[in-house]
Amino acid sequence: MGGEPAGAVERTEHDYAPWEKRVDAMLVLLGAPERGLMRTDELRRNIEALAPNAYESMTYYERWIASIAATMLQRGVFTADELGRKLAEVEARAS
Amino acid sequence: MSETVDALAARFRPGDRVKVRRAFPPGHLRTPWYIRGRAGEIERLCGAFANPEELAYNRPGLPRQPLYRVRFRQAELWPDYTGRPGDTIEIEIYQHWLEPEEATA
Repeated sequence: MGGEPAGAVERTEHDYAPWEKRVDAMLVLLGAPERGLMRTDELRRNIEALAPNAYESMTYYERWIASIAATMLQRGVFTADELGRKLAEVEARAS
Repeated sequence: MSETVDALAARFRPGDRVKVRRAFPPGHLRTPWYIRGRAGEIERLCGAFANPEELAYNRPGLPRQPLYRVRFRQAELWPDYTGRPGDTIEIEIYQHWLEPEEATA
């Protein structure tokens, strides 16, 4: 990547998991003109800001959701505390 | 009432020799790492667009920056290039990343 060796390109097709489709839809909804809460360039900047080991260990839509969360924090859409509490709530629901 | 300039004037024309600035600021940069500091030729003007480096911070990115398709010789970019000697690569680069080739030491 960026002129550095990055291994072979995997040319495989796969179905998207429901959560991946929801992440995709979330970005579309956040970026809709009437909301204007996120730009594609912000998505890219916050993906590029991931640490190299995080970038490499995450899947495509994991990078997206990490970037969307970072952008919402930067924009002040929600606070870190609110996000932390919501994540704990969802985890509790799943267990 | 002063009118804001919508788009910057294009400095380069097709055929002009240019050099990509060697700069490494943080943020979302559309100029690939490997092409910074390299010389090429303007292939065409693609239009003018809001600067993505500013859009990435939710700023307007105006005035719009001219965007060029710039042609480079593969053999000049990669020391171990084994393709045909005439092979080229074209990269779209914003004007603020380009300087006239002769102006650079």
